[in-house]
Amino acid sequence: MLTLSHISKTFNPGTVNAKTALNDLSFHADKGDFVTIIGANGAGKSTLFNAISGSFMTDSGRISLDGKDITLMPEFKRARQIGRLFQDPMRGSAPGMSIEENLSLAAGHGGWMSSISKKDKANFREKLALLGMGLEDRMKQPVGLLSGGQRQALTLMMATFNPPKVLLLDEHTAALDPGTAEKVLAITKQIVEENGLTCLMITHNMQSALDLGNRTIMMNSGNIVYDVSGDDRKNLTVNDLLLKFKESVGKELDNDRMLLS
Amino acid sequence: MDINSILALGENALQLGLISSLTVLALFLSYSMLNVCDLSTDGCFTLGATVGAVVAIAGHPLLSIPAAMAAGVISGFITAFLQTKMGINSLLAGIIVNTGLYSVNIAVMGNSSLLNMNRTKTVFTMLKSVLENTPFSQEYVLIIALIAVIFVVIFLSLFLRTKLGLAIRATGDNPDMVRSSSINPVFTTIVGLCISNSFTALSGCLLAQSQKSVNIDIGTGMVTIALASLLIGGIFLGKGKIPLRAVGVVLGSIIFRVIYTVALRFDMPAYMLKLVSSVIVIIAISAPYIKSKLPTFKRKLLLKAGKEAA
Repeated sequence: MLTLSHISKTFNPGTVNAKTALNDLSFHADKGDFVTIIGANGAGKSTLFNAISGSFMTDSGRISLDGKDITLMPEFKRARQIGRLFQDPMRGSAPGMSIEENLSLAAGHGGWMSSISKKDKANFREKLALLGMGLEDRMKQPVGLLSGGQRQALTLMMATFNPPKVLLLDEHTAALDPGTAEKVLAITKQIVEENGLTCLMITHNMQSALDLGNRTIMMNSGNIVYDVSGDDRKNLTVNDLLLKFKESVGKELDNDRMLLS
Repeated sequence: MDINSILALGENALQLGLISSLTVLALFLSYSMLNVCDLSTDGCFTLGATVGAVVAIAGHPLLSIPAAMAAGVISGFITAFLQTKMGINSLLAGIIVNTGLYSVNIAVMGNSSLLNMNRTKTVFTMLKSVLENTPFSQEYVLIIALIAVIFVVIFLSLFLRTKLGLAIRATGDNPDMVRSSSINPVFTTIVGLCISNSFTALSGCLLAQSQKSVNIDIGTGMVTIALASLLIGGIFLGKGKIPLRAVGVVLGSIIFRVIYTVALRFDMPAYMLKLVSSVIVIIAISAPYIKSKLPTFKRKLLLKAGKEAA
């Protein structure tokens, strides 16, 4: 499904600030894989997502999605096949526009000159009701009035409205309070399972890295240092993960926001 | 002053307000929706005036309007292209185009900075002859301005509801979101500026033809005057649905002209127009900022005076 082969990216090359963010990284995810990603600060997790979604072009290597080479495809074209959520709940929706207007943009069907139909509205209502947040009764309200958790749930709905080939979740619950985070995570799980999405999720929560999905990778210095799935992963504990990290990197895993439980 | 001259002044303010409200509606699209401050507005306004005048003088008064609007589209395209494809800051792109248009406008007028349309058949003289011997025979400027404004308000209200219109609004509302979505911000910015500049040019074209002359300075300061009108309109109908806000913008433009006309009656010299519009823009934009700083400022004063308990 998603294949990265030998991708590298160096920021500010040739200066004192040169930083190799991705270093000859190769990775392959099969259709339906749910991969959780952990790693220290500056390990290159978000950079990896930026490379996949096309926020920048890689310096070398190839990226292919569903058998098609997308290495040099611009970001907005990739966005039709790749859904992405950021940590900041404010980032994924337009605050001055109503919920239904935001959803209409995400739904994307109909020509440029089409407007929101009754059928669209009924469809939006139905999908919003699944979130269980009462948003279906607030469709005319500007998104700016929603709470962080509601906005992130809405963004998730927008990103998966037309099931993408790959869903990238970049610590999308980190800025939410624990209760809301749990709820958004449950919705995430539900949507991913229902649509059989291929999903990559960066998380700072070691436990959910093991609980969610079917595979976990650990990153350090722009590369993957540990990749576990199947039976090996089933019996893994958070402590094992930390030991693995120390084993392969030679120092303790260090992440500002890391949650061990 | 008798009632008739007051009415005449009021009508003049109304006409000017309506014609320039087309530029304000253009900024409503570019500034309020797309969040781009289009500084090519002055030059584009003059471009519409000169192109419209030249085409009308050549004997095609009806063609002058689409010609002026097409010129506006081209100007808007260049401004948008510079900021989306050439890496030029959006303010700078507007200023560069504005400067370039000065030469273009002189060239359009045939190496002259003034064109006279006293004997030219324009859209206004055409309607005037149609309306002869009817009760509306003197209202031809008002009628044409009103038709143009209604057309643009309806167009914007419908357009901003379409998927393309929503995409343009999202581009201004949350650029981060648009950058990582399937909307191409280059495309939405180009379309938005092409449309807004066509209205600016239409505005210039109608103003020139209504006053039967065009000079190179006709658009000078338009961007500030239009911004002032836009912000005045926002005070009255700034929140709510798009059609209402568009009407509010037109009202803002008329109110601005009425205030200005009244000020003239109280012996304010005509050259003060631009200073007044600058001051209005400064107040309207800085007021929310100053308001937010006020509590801290008050505390500072109290602390200095030693009146606040530690």
